[in-house]
Amino acid sequence: MSTPFLSVRDLKVHFSTEDGIVKAVDGLSFDLEKGKTLGIVGESGSGKSVTNMAILGLHDPRNTALDGEILLDDKELITATEKELEQLRGNKMSMIFQDALASLSPYHTIGAQISETYRKHTGCSKREARVRAIEMLRRVGIPQPDVRVDDYPHQFSGGMRQRAMIAMALVCDPELLIADEPTTALDVTVQAQIMDLLKDLQQEFGTAIIFITHDLGVIADIADDVLVMYGGRCVERGTKKEVLRDPQHPYTLGLLGSMPALDGPVDVPLSPIPGSPPSLLNPPSGCRFHPRCAFADKVSGGRCSSERPALEVVDGRGAACHLTPEQKRELFTDYAAARTH
Amino acid sequence: MSSTTPLLDVSGLTKHFPIKGGFPIKRTVGAVQAVDGLDFQVAEGESLGLVGESGCGKSTTGRLITRLLEPTGGRITYRGQDITHAGRKQLAPIRSEIQMIFQDPYASLNPRQTVGKIISGPMEINGINPPGGHEKRVRELLETVGLNPEHYNRFPHEFSGGQRQRIGVARALALEPKLIVADEPVSALDVSIQAQVVNLLQQVQKDLGIAFVFIAHDLAIVRHFSQRVAVMYLGKIVEIADRDDLYNNPRHPYTRALLSAVPEATVDEEPRERIRLTGDVPSPINPPSGCRFRTRCWKATEKCATEAPPLVEAAGNKPGHLTACHYPETTDTVPAPRLSKDGLTKNPEAAA
Amino acid sequence: MFRFLVRRILGAAVILLIISALVFVLFYAAPRDPARIACGKVCTPETLALVRKNLAISDPLPVQYWEWLKGLFVGRDYSSFGHCDAPCLGFSFQSREPVLDTILDRFPTTVSLSLGAAVIFLIFGVGTGMLAAVKQGKPLDKIASSASLVASSMQIYVVGVFATYLLVDQMHLLDRASYTPFTDNPGKWFSGLLVPWLVLSLIFTANYTRMTRSQMVESLTQDYVRTARAKGLSRRTVFFRFAWRGAMGPIITIFGLDLGVLLGGAIITESTFSLQGLGMLSVKAVQNNDLPVLLGVVLVAAGAIVVFNIIVDAVYALIDPRVRLA
Repeated sequence: MSTPFLSVRDLKVHFSTEDGIVKAVDGLSFDLEKGKTLGIVGESGSGKSVTNMAILGLHDPRNTALDGEILLDDKELITATEKELEQLRGNKMSMIFQDALASLSPYHTIGAQISETYRKHTGCSKREARVRAIEMLRRVGIPQPDVRVDDYPHQFSGGMRQRAMIAMALVCDPELLIADEPTTALDVTVQAQIMDLLKDLQQEFGTAIIFITHDLGVIADIADDVLVMYGGRCVERGTKKEVLRDPQHPYTLGLLGSMPALDGPVDVPLSPIPGSPPSLLNPPSGCRFHPRCAFADKVSGGRCSSERPALEVVDGRGAACHLTPEQKRELFTDYAAARTH
Repeated sequence: MSSTTPLLDVSGLTKHFPIKGGFPIKRTVGAVQAVDGLDFQVAEGESLGLVGESGCGKSTTGRLITRLLEPTGGRITYRGQDITHAGRKQLAPIRSEIQMIFQDPYASLNPRQTVGKIISGPMEINGINPPGGHEKRVRELLETVGLNPEHYNRFPHEFSGGQRQRIGVARALALEPKLIVADEPVSALDVSIQAQVVNLLQQVQKDLGIAFVFIAHDLAIVRHFSQRVAVMYLGKIVEIADRDDLYNNPRHPYTRALLSAVPEATVDEEPRERIRLTGDVPSPINPPSGCRFRTRCWKATEKCATEAPPLVEAAGNKPGHLTACHYPETTDTVPAPRLSKDGLTKNPEAAA
Repeated sequence: MFRFLVRRILGAAVILLIISALVFVLFYAAPRDPARIACGKVCTPETLALVRKNLAISDPLPVQYWEWLKGLFVGRDYSSFGHCDAPCLGFSFQSREPVLDTILDRFPTTVSLSLGAAVIFLIFGVGTGMLAAVKQGKPLDKIASSASLVASSMQIYVVGVFATYLLVDQMHLLDRASYTPFTDNPGKWFSGLLVPWLVLSLIFTANYTRMTRSQMVESLTQDYVRTARAKGLSRRTVFFRFAWRGAMGPIITIFGLDLGVLLGGAIITESTFSLQGLGMLSVKAVQNNDLPVLLGVVLVAAGAIVVFNIIVDAVYALIDPRVRLA
């Protein structure tokens, strides 16, 4: 097997703050192939967004320390110079964000913002870039693109803004697209449109997508593989089917139990995860999930609080948990039965 | 109280926010028709869910019921008493019976007050002196909502988001309300915390027999929490029914599309029905004529543009299941066409 | 745009009307009677009445105000001073000169002083502020920030006296403050105003440095700046094309207001350097109970502020497409 298109190895992102070092990402590894979508799930402070800012090199170098390896098409990004990264950003890898209104410049027209990216990376004329911008707007489903190209972001509706943002991100045919909660601020019917659009565009261009979200439902719709993050670490990896149907980490299990289903039982309470997400300034020892874990006492010798569980990945599948497979089979059954129909 | 009089009876409720403009003297030139003729009832101890997308008027409705806003028209009756335009004095006794829980648990708590003060505030204002004093009652309430009673003297910033929402719940419970209006109470919280708060609210509702108007955009959470559900679109209720009727037999095309758009954390062998609406919700300043959903509806005809469909018990509906549609869906309706991309280019007006 | 201008100019007229009426009322609320002062020590009721008539202050207040307003548009005839063409601001009680002439005589001094200083503090203040924002947290930023804090806490009259002593009297580097009309001798106009300009702009420069820095720093944290970086644009492009655009609005707003205030007369600077501008004129008018002059100066000062407010709003709409003029 050749080297993967994107390979992240033992990535660490540490922020220095007045109160101490925040280990926002603490040893994260994953691969992504072209044309595939990796869903990264996690709650606030899990390190999912930080990871992707680091891939693009958009962290603040004054207070952020990166360590590990990020290989994009065999190019090491952590040691790359700012100039090299500028050549890659918006060109080979690009990003879309949650709040499209805040993420688009209010002072420039949609067309200007799209063509700016294109001109920067192709060096073409203003006129060619404008033609390209209209073409991209058409492709993401903006009606009357030749007119709307001269509009400002505030003249677009929420869904259209996100479409325009996607057009801007894809204008140079990037091979990697990082989508950071792109549908979270949208209504469900518009969210469905945007996800369909991303899927269509991926089929057309073969883009690799990292889709960051807190919503397992969105993951189920769009991802091929799933990476579940908790407290700056990956706790579980696998295909979408494996993770959602047969979760191997108590945290994933807890997330699934927290979400009511549209056709689930209504008269039983949900099974939430007790407590709150950990502080990364002073994270729990051992397994970072152990203070909230329902099964921590099932592991002998208090290893959950003393020893960091290894994430052993076989064929892209693995979970960082001290429970034995037999224990999980026994303890998780109730949930698994309820989740499959 | 007889069983025929509902706790809360809302009829023809309307709220228009005027838009000022004009030249050279400013005057009202239009109105945001945030809520336009709502009819619904809430029985004692019942939980009514109010769902819809942004701009549908669900939050405005919540604020009208609690009389934080003055209705433009219609009637709100609470336990047989008309409170539509009741003044401060008349509202005073009722205010303690109708409480509200807000979306942002941080912004809705005074950062300079201790938790004890925040929760006892409503009791002091209403001159209620529980046996054992305020502090004892607050400690009980903290325990009810799953917080440590010892945290009485702490400030809101010392709590996490989920805990803050619990404080909000405790404050709402302090006056032993009959009705709680919860406006997106969990949407600002992390998934694992959402479930904690939903469970808490459900427990409160069952144990204390409090009626709820539960406003949310998350259809799965609304279903989990509410016995009856109303779906709103552009200031109007398009469908209202018992939970099971609504989710299993949606008659309004919008309800059906909304349900099919909810992403579910399941991997199905056979794909679910997918209805993709085109475009976004139109502006409530100048809503479409007739049926407001017609610009995004795949079944719309001339009739839909000229005649607003009344909210009625459509043929085939169970009693109490009301739908506002000229052409209600039936269970065997062929799945709607997938409209996502082609629809947009064909119908630019709807998307714009 | 047309509707915006019409509406704003109408609004400005109303504001000026209210301000002038207010000055009228306040003036008569003051215990001192200008007629009695003008009448001198030996003053019979008859002479007092005559003085009153001559000064045109014998009528009841509303009538006086109405006459004054009418004078602005159609001119006015005085029994003592003779005819005064529209726009008539009346005659000074003190010098017996037409107020309009006095103001027109003093205005160039004030305009020269404030515009010159504005150019300096805008260039240096904004420039230093942007530099500090680029070098955020670095020594340069810290030096600029602390220097501007020190400078903004200084007082003009202290700095003015000190600067004159050091630069003019001791080192003979610069000329003593004086005003020569630009049309007479541009060289002298410049050298005479240089010290006042530097002193006046010192405190403003400090304030603009701090404001620009904080606006830029905030602007750099905006989501759209992050997006611009994610598109592959260089730091420099992002800084000047995106962040600067966002920071400009508040700076222009404050600048417009500052300029409006300065054009109404930089009272302290003018008196520190004995420059005969509008500021000095208004101080004298207050001391002498000279109502017509006071009214004239207040009208010009308020007018300058109102006009610059309108300009600021129009410029704001040019910068930010989300702002629509109506």
